[in-house]
Amino acid sequence: MNLTLRIWRQPGPDAGGSMVTYQVSDVSPDMSFLEVLDVLNERLIRAGEQPVAFDHDCREGICGSCAMVINGRPHGPEQTTTTCQLHLRSFRDGDVIDVEPWRARPFPVIKDLVVDRSAFDRIISSGGYITSPTGSAPEAHSILVPKPVADLAFENATCIGCGACVAACPNGSAMLFTAAKVAHLNSLPQGQPERESRVLSMVATMDAEGFGGCTNTGECAAACPKGIPLSSIANLNREYLHALRAGRA
Amino acid sequence: MIDYTVGEDIVDRAAPDGPIEARWDTRRFTAKLVNPSNRRKHRIIVVGTGLAGGSAGATLAEQGYQVVQFCFQDSPRRAHSVAAQGGINAAKDYRNDGDSIHRLFYDTVKGGDFRSRESNVYRLAQVSVEIIDQCVAQGVPFAREYGGLLDNRSFGGVQVSRTFYARGQTGQQLLIGAYQALSRQIAAGNIEMHPRTEMLDLIVIDGRARGIVARDLITGEVRTYLADAVVLATGGYGNIFYLSTNAKGSNATAIWRAHRRGAYLANPCYTQIHPTCIPRSGEHQSKLTLMSESLRNDGRIWVPKRKGDTRAPNEIPEDERDYYLERIYPSFGNLVPRDIASRAAKNQCDEGRGVGPGGLGVYLDFADAIARLGRDAVEARYGNLFDMYQRITGENPYEVPMRIYPAIHYAMGGLWVDYDLQSNLAGLFVIGEANFSDHGANRLGASALMQGLADGYFVLPATINDYLARGGLDPVGPEDPAVRQVQSEALDRLQRLLSVRGERTVDSFHRELGALLWDKCGMARSDESLRDALERIPKLREQFWQSVTVPGTGAELNQELEKANRVADFLEFAELLALDALVRTESCGGHFRVESQTPDGEARRDDENFSHVAAWEFGGDGRGPVLHKEPLQFDYVHPTQRSYA
Ligand SMILES: Cc1cc2nc3c(=O)[nH]c(=O)nc-3n(C[C@H](O)[C@H](O)[C@H](O)COP(=O)(O)OP(=O)(O)OC[C@H]3O[C@@H](n4cnc5c(N)ncnc54)[C@H](O)[C@@H]3O)c2cc1C
Ligand code: SF4
Ligand code: FES
Repeated sequence: MNLTLRIWRQPGPDAGGSMVTYQVSDVSPDMSFLEVLDVLNERLIRAGEQPVAFDHDCREGICGSCAMVINGRPHGPEQTTTTCQLHLRSFRDGDVIDVEPWRARPFPVIKDLVVDRSAFDRIISSGGYITSPTGSAPEAHSILVPKPVADLAFENATCIGCGACVAACPNGSAMLFTAAKVAHLNSLPQGQPERESRVLSMVATMDAEGFGGCTNTGECAAACPKGIPLSSIANLNREYLHALRAGRA
Repeated sequence: MIDYTVGEDIVDRAAPDGPIEARWDTRRFTAKLVNPSNRRKHRIIVVGTGLAGGSAGATLAEQGYQVVQFCFQDSPRRAHSVAAQGGINAAKDYRNDGDSIHRLFYDTVKGGDFRSRESNVYRLAQVSVEIIDQCVAQGVPFAREYGGLLDNRSFGGVQVSRTFYARGQTGQQLLIGAYQALSRQIAAGNIEMHPRTEMLDLIVIDGRARGIVARDLITGEVRTYLADAVVLATGGYGNIFYLSTNAKGSNATAIWRAHRRGAYLANPCYTQIHPTCIPRSGEHQSKLTLMSESLRNDGRIWVPKRKGDTRAPNEIPEDERDYYLERIYPSFGNLVPRDIASRAAKNQCDEGRGVGPGGLGVYLDFADAIARLGRDAVEARYGNLFDMYQRITGENPYEVPMRIYPAIHYAMGGLWVDYDLQSNLAGLFVIGEANFSDHGANRLGASALMQGLADGYFVLPATINDYLARGGLDPVGPEDPAVRQVQSEALDRLQRLLSVRGERTVDSFHRELGALLWDKCGMARSDESLRDALERIPKLREQFWQSVTVPGTGAELNQELEKANRVADFLEFAELLALDALVRTESCGGHFRVESQTPDGEARRDDENFSHVAAWEFGGDGRGPVLHKEPLQFDYVHPTQRSYA
């Protein structure tokens, strides 16, 4: 296959950036999208040029490192598929493909396709946990969790913290990410003691970090590689109202 | 370089005597404690945020220590523990199927082919029970039954159901649990977290580990960090083979640099190969993906009988197929252990019967299972794995047999540690896959997650107290000449990498090294192949330093420089790996020497000569290393030979 890639190049956080066009030829449909960038980068390096910087690590869809907007869609055209799991067979010979970083104010660009997502870590550290210091845990079977509750918690706990939801949202909202964590922890019996304080402080942090509000466009859930459902956001709103009423900040 | 010297034997002085059941209690009782109000005065560096480092950092901070922690990813949540699929073992005996701490201990010692320490393994089995309690309390969503109780499954090499799991994402869920505990301590100001920061070297002063040199991967700044103790939790070195199930960033730099500063490296030749991974699809392949071992319960493995048969699998009639595992191992069939299944696949491919690109693959066929159970039942069991396979290969495994091939997966070897998880360098503690401690020559499925969390939540926090309480640490400042020295050496090395400006990319060297190791020091190793590897690795290393090219500067985000630094270390590490494999002329677990096999082709141990840990001491650049043997003693489990025919 032959492809034309138009890639966002930006040398540093404060430098300006632009789309640069590269031709890649003779690539195979069995290659992953990141492997195409590997090939391109090796070529650029041999030519004495700067390779394209991008985040990646596990390359199997679970670490949440990879993050590219491909033809306008975070993680590209396939549903529930991260950039690293996307393969060239999803494209056609001769395609022109635009590759850009996540674009959202709270995710500033560091270089090329690499952005700073540390705001997500701060949302978690403000309340996305259950306080249980090592050694204090009761016997595991003293806490029973009905299967449907466990399944709901699990479904939300599969979030990989990639940030595609934010990149997809016209408002740059982090509601889906935050909602997934709240649904995971607030649905479990272990999560009840901190139920109200958790949601209030996570939402406050989310706002303070500059993420936008939610206007229910649903782009986040459509882009999410782990299929976190939109209903988690409705749940987050309920949890938030409940916590406000309970008056326990 | 084949020259090495044999030094004095070593012993693990930290392990208490007495009945094995009481040793961990004894050690905890004899370990000195640090008064809670004094803990704040101690700084501890933790490198790594996987299951081992994440759990250790959170627990040490909860205890009141000042923790300074590092990872190279942009968030601690992305450590490669996140990718573990299958599950975590614990001797809970919730099934009432005869499991016990003693049985988990026994299975692990035997599974490790009698090359691990009994005391360590027993403790691991004891602590396993507490891990599950801890994780459930944190909200880890393990699989549950309808009544709300925890569910269990079975794993290879055992006859009980003791594996706890969270669908195919157990590692992710356990890691998120540890990450959340860590995050709570970061917010509380007890942990100074440095993501996107890579350790480049270890600072040793007066024989004690006192800090690290690390590079901020965004600004490129190379800084020193000082502390009273250093904990390495930097994961395994399987990525030395280039193609492996490890993450792209997985590296050996931290442990290799510590080794060069005096820490012994134990059993580097013990690497594990997983039989069921998706084969490479071409030259461009950048990593390999594991397919769960559970598939071998229903899939049948075969190759065409005729060499170089290029017909589509569906066109090859039944009597022209060789179900070689069923043929060679009639009683275990497709369910032989990992090492056996891997070697058998390699043999078929070496003989020219492999399938798929490059002939490096065998079929794993579900046609019989679908005919017997129906497509729906197969989908219910393996649907997510089939989807993943299809996403990567573009082939539909319900219609076409899967192609699989073995791949490097795990490193049993690592830095030598005593029962306290302290290396021979005082104040240097090593936990998780980075140490060599518990799995001997072969790790059982679902036991690495257990070990990482045992080390981090329970073992290290108890033993590091003892070291800190004994005191005797002189103050060290950043201007100390010894500290400056290590920092400038690290800077020099980066500068050297940047100034070669040759014509070959870092990846091209990494690929070449990987192919060489896989070929000569992979699934089957021989005197000849290892000598050949030892001949070629130094040449490749030389070429690397002459003709690698690293664009850009050190003062910016420079991913090529990061890679170059890691590959430079792999090129040194590889030599010790091959040497260890050459010196250990027996076969055991994942280490298969073709000269040492039983008449039916199984690994033959040589207990008389090799019932020891091989702990290597760095001899200096251009000089051979020194081998120290730690004899192993078996008082509770009697070593036997395995047979699966
Ligand atoms: C695909 C796959 C599936 C697996 N499935 C299972 C399973 O089902 N059950 C099981 O028990 N085991 C499984 N394993 C093995 C298990 O996952 C690992 O052994 C274990 O998670 C390792 O944990 P760790 O904390 O030691 O290291 P890791 O999780 O690898 O963490 C290493 C940490 O060190 C940091 N680091 C490394 N080098 C540096 C440096 N130089 N400077 C700064 N930071 C550094 C990294 O950033 C990271 O935070 C699997 C492994 C793989 C690859
Ligand atoms: S909710 Fe989905 S898109 Fe958002 S961070 Fe989590 S996995 Fe990524
Ligand atoms: S690289 Fe880990 S999810 Fe893509």
